[in-house]
Amino acid sequence: MLVPIKWLKKYVDINVDDKELAEKLTMSGSHVDSIINLKKDIKNIVVGKIISVEKHPHADKLQVTKVDIGNKDLLQIITAAKNIKVGDLIPIALDGAVLADETKIKDTIFRDLLSQGMMCSYQELGFDDKLIPKEFKDGILILGNEAEIGQDISKALDMYGNILDIEITFNRPDCLSIMGIAREAAATLNTKFKYPEIKIKEECNNIKDYFNAVEIQSEDLCDRFYTRVVKDVKVGPSPQWLQRQLMDSGMRPINNIVDITNYVMLELGQPLHAYDLDKLEGRKLVARRPIKGETLITLDKVERKLDEDMLIIADANRPVGIAGVMGGYDSEINEDTKTMLIESASFNSKSVRSTSKKLGLRSEASARNEKGLNYSYVRDACERVCQLIELLGVGKVVKGNFDVGKTSYEKPVVKLRPHRVEMLLGVKIEINKMLEILNKLEIESIYENDVIVSKIPYFRQDIKQEADLIEEVGRIYGFHNIESKPLQGIILKGRKSEKRETEDYIKDLLTGLGLMEITTYSFISPKAYNNICASENDELRKYIKLLNPLGEDYSIMRTTLIPNMLDVICRNNNRGVSKAYLYEIGNIFIPKQIPVNELPEERSTLCIGMYGECDFFSLKGIVEQIMDRLGIKFNVKPIKDNTTFHSGRTAGLYVGDDLVGIFGEIHPDVLEKYDINYKVNVAELSIEQILKYKCMERKLKALPKYPAVLRDIAIIVKDNILIGDMQKIIKLTDDNKIEEVKLFDIYKGDKIDEGYKSVAFSIKYRNNEKTLTDEEVNKIHQQVLNNLQKEFGAALR
Amino acid sequence: MKNKLLNIKNLALEQLNQSKNIDELERIRVNFLGKKGELTQVLRAMGGLSKEERPIVGKLANEIRKELEENIKNAKLAIEKSLKDIKLKEETIDVTIPGKFNSIGRRHPLMQVKEELENLFLSMGYDVVEGPEIDTVENNFDALNAPEDHPSRDMSDTFYLSDNILLRTQTSPVQIRIMKTQEPPIRMVSAGRTFRFDDVDDTHSPMFHQMECLVIDKGVTMANLKDSIDKFVKQLFGDEMKTRFRPHNFPFTEPSAEVDVSCLKCMGKGCEFCHGTGWSMELLGCGMVHPNVLRNCGIDPEIYSGYAFGMGVDRVTMVKYGINNIRLLFENDARFLKQF
Repeated sequence: MLVPIKWLKKYVDINVDDKELAEKLTMSGSHVDSIINLKKDIKNIVVGKIISVEKHPHADKLQVTKVDIGNKDLLQIITAAKNIKVGDLIPIALDGAVLADETKIKDTIFRDLLSQGMMCSYQELGFDDKLIPKEFKDGILILGNEAEIGQDISKALDMYGNILDIEITFNRPDCLSIMGIAREAAATLNTKFKYPEIKIKEECNNIKDYFNAVEIQSEDLCDRFYTRVVKDVKVGPSPQWLQRQLMDSGMRPINNIVDITNYVMLELGQPLHAYDLDKLEGRKLVARRPIKGETLITLDKVERKLDEDMLIIADANRPVGIAGVMGGYDSEINEDTKTMLIESASFNSKSVRSTSKKLGLRSEASARNEKGLNYSYVRDACERVCQLIELLGVGKVVKGNFDVGKTSYEKPVVKLRPHRVEMLLGVKIEINKMLEILNKLEIESIYENDVIVSKIPYFRQDIKQEADLIEEVGRIYGFHNIESKPLQGIILKGRKSEKRETEDYIKDLLTGLGLMEITTYSFISPKAYNNICASENDELRKYIKLLNPLGEDYSIMRTTLIPNMLDVICRNNNRGVSKAYLYEIGNIFIPKQIPVNELPEERSTLCIGMYGECDFFSLKGIVEQIMDRLGIKFNVKPIKDNTTFHSGRTAGLYVGDDLVGIFGEIHPDVLEKYDINYKVNVAELSIEQILKYKCMERKLKALPKYPAVLRDIAIIVKDNILIGDMQKIIKLTDDNKIEEVKLFDIYKGDKIDEGYKSVAFSIKYRNNEKTLTDEEVNKIHQQVLNNLQKEFGAALR
Repeated sequence: MKNKLLNIKNLALEQLNQSKNIDELERIRVNFLGKKGELTQVLRAMGGLSKEERPIVGKLANEIRKELEENIKNAKLAIEKSLKDIKLKEETIDVTIPGKFNSIGRRHPLMQVKEELENLFLSMGYDVVEGPEIDTVENNFDALNAPEDHPSRDMSDTFYLSDNILLRTQTSPVQIRIMKTQEPPIRMVSAGRTFRFDDVDDTHSPMFHQMECLVIDKGVTMANLKDSIDKFVKQLFGDEMKTRFRPHNFPFTEPSAEVDVSCLKCMGKGCEFCHGTGWSMELLGCGMVHPNVLRNCGIDPEIYSGYAFGMGVDRVTMVKYGINNIRLLFENDARFLKQF
C-alpha cells in the first residue's frame, strides 16, 4: 500500500519527521518496506505558455512555437509534438536543463531555426509509464491551468515529499486505505485522528424519477447494496491535483468520475462502481447468481463465462457487472454519459476471491473486496463520491438513495481481563494505559466489574477474542518496551530420536570416509524411472502424484533416491568435475493406496554415489565400514536382475535373508540415458532396516594372551567359485581357532588353465587358552585344505 | 719408564687425531690398550721397578689408560655423529610438496546449519523431533487456525496430493503432532523440508527448509520469548547482534511478531545493503501460541501458555556463508560442497 505522507496528514496530526514516522509505524505493526521520495533528478524545467504555433518553413513535421516563461523575451522552441495548441501550459526544459534520464538540453538549430529548449512529456520528467494518463502517454504533458508561468515544474506538479510503501498483513484489510493508516498513526503517535466531514450541499429531483429499485436476491453473497444517482454528468479529465494524488498512490488517472471513485477507494478502502444509467435496462439493479449460460464482456473487453457460484450485478435483462471484481463494458461511463448510478456494496469476500481466481481477473477492487470489508463503510463511501462530484462541479447529485441489505451494525463485545495481559506479555501495563490504547484505535472500551469491555468497530473484524485485544495493547505499547525475562522451570537436557542419532552417526562416518553430503528435492519427474531403466511393473513405479505440480520435473514423490543421485553426478560430470563421492539421506514415499487417501509411509533411505578413480570395491569398502561400525553382521550376494545395475557387478546386502540394501555399478544403458561417461557405483540402503539390526553396544573383549600363527594357503579353483564362500568355509573349519581369513592374491593367466583361478589366503590361527603348537596348526590347516577340496574341488597350488 | 709411558700416550693421541672411521679407532684401541697392546706390555714390565717407583708409575699408567679410553670413546661419538649428519642430509626432502591424504568428506551446508541450530536448542533443553514431509490439511492449516479462505491454502501456494493431503508448507504441523500427543511442559525444536508453490529463482525454491521451536508451560510470556530469541541470535551470529521485534500477523500466534537482526554487513550502523536501516529483515517469525491452536490440541489456554518461533534454514545458511543464489544449495556441485 502506497501512502503519500501529505495525503495522510489530512486525517492525522503527525508530530515527527518522515523517517521517524516510518520507524514508529513499523514498530506498531504497519511495516514500512521503504520510503519513496517524490523528488526527481531533474533540473531547470519550468512552466511555459504557448503564445503561437506555426509550421516550420523547411520541415513538414516540425512546428515553430513562441513560449512565454515569464521573461521579457519569448522563447522560440521547435517541436514535433502534435498535442499542443496556443494557450497550453507546458513543461519547458531550458538551455542547460537535465531530464530524468540524465539527458542534458541545450539550445539547438533545427533546419536553420534556433530552438531554445524542449517541451517535456511525463516520461521525461521521470514518471512511471504505467501511471501516466492515456492522453499524455505519447505526447507532451499539458498542465492544468493552476500552474503559474515560469514556475519550477517540481513545484507545479507538487513533486515533493515522501511516500510510505507499507506491507499490509492479511488480518488488516482496513489498512488498505489512507484512513486506516491514519488511524494506526494516530494510535502510534498518540495524536488526533480526523475523519473527513462528508456532506452534500445541494440535492435535486428524486432518485425515483430515474430508477425504480435495487434488490439483493443472493443474500448470502451480498450484505448491503447502496446506490445514488448523479445527473448532468460532465465526463472529462480530472483536475491536476487529483491526477497527481492518484499517481503518487500508484494509480493511473482515467477520467474525473473514475478518478473520484478510485480516490474514495484509496481514502476509505471501499471499492465503488459507476454505471451509465441510460444503458441500464428496466430501471433496476439486482445482485444475483448468474443464470446458466450467461456471459458478460467486462471493462477490459474480454467476454467472461459466468457460473452459478459467482455473484453478478444485473439490470432487468442481463448482467452488467461481476460483483466486487469488475464492471461490464456496455454500461461503462464515457464522455457521452449524462446520468449515472453509483454503486457501493459489501460482497461476500470468499465469493469475490474464488470468482476473481476462477476468471483469472484481479483488480484493485477485488483485492479489497476479497479481504472482507464491512457494510458500514458502504454508505459513507458513496456519499463521499457524491460530495467530490459536487465539489469538482462535474455533476448534480440527485436526492435520495436505494439502500438494501443490512443497514445497521451492532458492535460485538469482547472482554479483556487486565491480568491476562501480564500473563501473556510478561509486562505490567496500567489499566488506564490499556483503555487509552484501545480507544485511540477507535475500539470503544470501558473498565467495569474488573474487566475491560470493548465494542469492536466494523472495520476491525479481525478482533474476535481476548488474545486479539491483548495483541492490540501489546503492539501499541511496543514489543520493544517489553523487557526480556529468562524462562522459568526445570530445564532437562534435550533429546533426539534414535533414528536421528543413527542418521547423524552414519553421516559422521561417511564424512570421515571422504564422502560429501548432497540435498535434492523430494519430488522428481516420472521420466526418472525410464532413465534408470525400471521395468514397466516395477514396484518403484507405484508413486504418489502431485495434484498441482510445478511442471513434470517435480510432479511425483520419489520412491528411490537413485535418479536424484544420478542427476547430480550427471551435472558434475557435465561441468568437468572429474570425480565425486556423494551421499544423501532422505525420505522415499511409499503410498498405502493410489490415489492416496491416507498419509503414505516415509522411509528414510541412504544413497551413496561415486565416480572417478574408484570402483565397485571402493563402494563396497565404504558399505562394509558403515556396517561394521553399526555392529551389523551381514552377508553379500550377487544380484543379477536389477535393471538399473550392471548384472555382473551388483550385490545385495543381507542380514540373514533380509535385504537391507543394494550396491553396485550402474548399468551402461542407464549411464547412456544420463549421458555420463564415467563408471558410476551406487548404493541404496534402508535406514529402517539398519535401525532394526544395528547393535551399538560395545563390551570389552580381552586382548589375546597367546601368540597367533600366520599360514598362507594358495589353491586353484574354478573361476565361478566366490571368494566369500571360500572364506566362509575356511572360517567354519575351526571357528574358534581361526581368527581371520584374509584374501591376498587372485591370479588368472598363463600358468593357470582357462576357466580356473589361483587364490591365496592368509589365515591367522590362535587359541585363546594356550599357545598353539605347530602340530595343532598343521592339523587345522590340512583340514582347511580338505574342506576347500571337498566343497569347491580346490587343488593346492 | 715414565718417558716411555708418555711417548706411548703421545703416539696414541696423534693416531687418534688422524683416525677417520670406527675400524681405525678399534685398531688403535687394540694396539695400545689390548691384551698385547703397548701400554699393557709396559705395565707388565713394572715388576722390575723399585718399591718406591712402582706406585708412581702405576698411577701414571692408569691415568694414561683412562685418558686414552676417554679419547677413543669421544672420537667414536664424533665419528658416529658425523655419519648421522651425512645420512640426515642425504634424507632431506622438499617439505613444500603437498601432503598425502584421503580427503575428508563434507556435510551439506544446509545440513550443517540445521544441525548447528538443533544442537544449540538441544543444549537449552529442547527436544529435537521430526515430522513427515507429507501431512494433512488438518495438521498443516486447520489446527493451526489458518482462516478457511487464507490464500496460503490455495493450489497456487500449496502442493496437494489429494483434497486433504499436502506437502507441508511449514514445519508448524509438527507442533500440532507434539501438542496432541504430549502433556505440557513441552520444549521442542523441529527442522526439515517444506514446500511451497514457488518457481525456482535466485531466492526461491519449491522445496526449502524451516525450523520451528515451541515451548508450552504454565506462565510462559512474550518476555520469555524475547529472551530466548535474543540468546539464540547471539549464539548463532555473535554477542554484538541485536534483535528487533516488529508486530506482524500469523494465524497460529497472537500476538505475533517478526524479528529483524542487526545487518550482518554493517552490524547495525546502516549501509547500502540494509537500505541504511541497520537491520537485516525478517530473520524469523514468532509469537504467543494462539488460544485456538492450544484448544485444537486439547490444551487449556487458561492454564497453559506458550510461544513458537520459526525461521528459514536456507536463509540462515545463505546469510551465514554469503551464498547469493539458493539454486547453489540444490545443485550439489562438488566444487560448491567442498567449500563448507
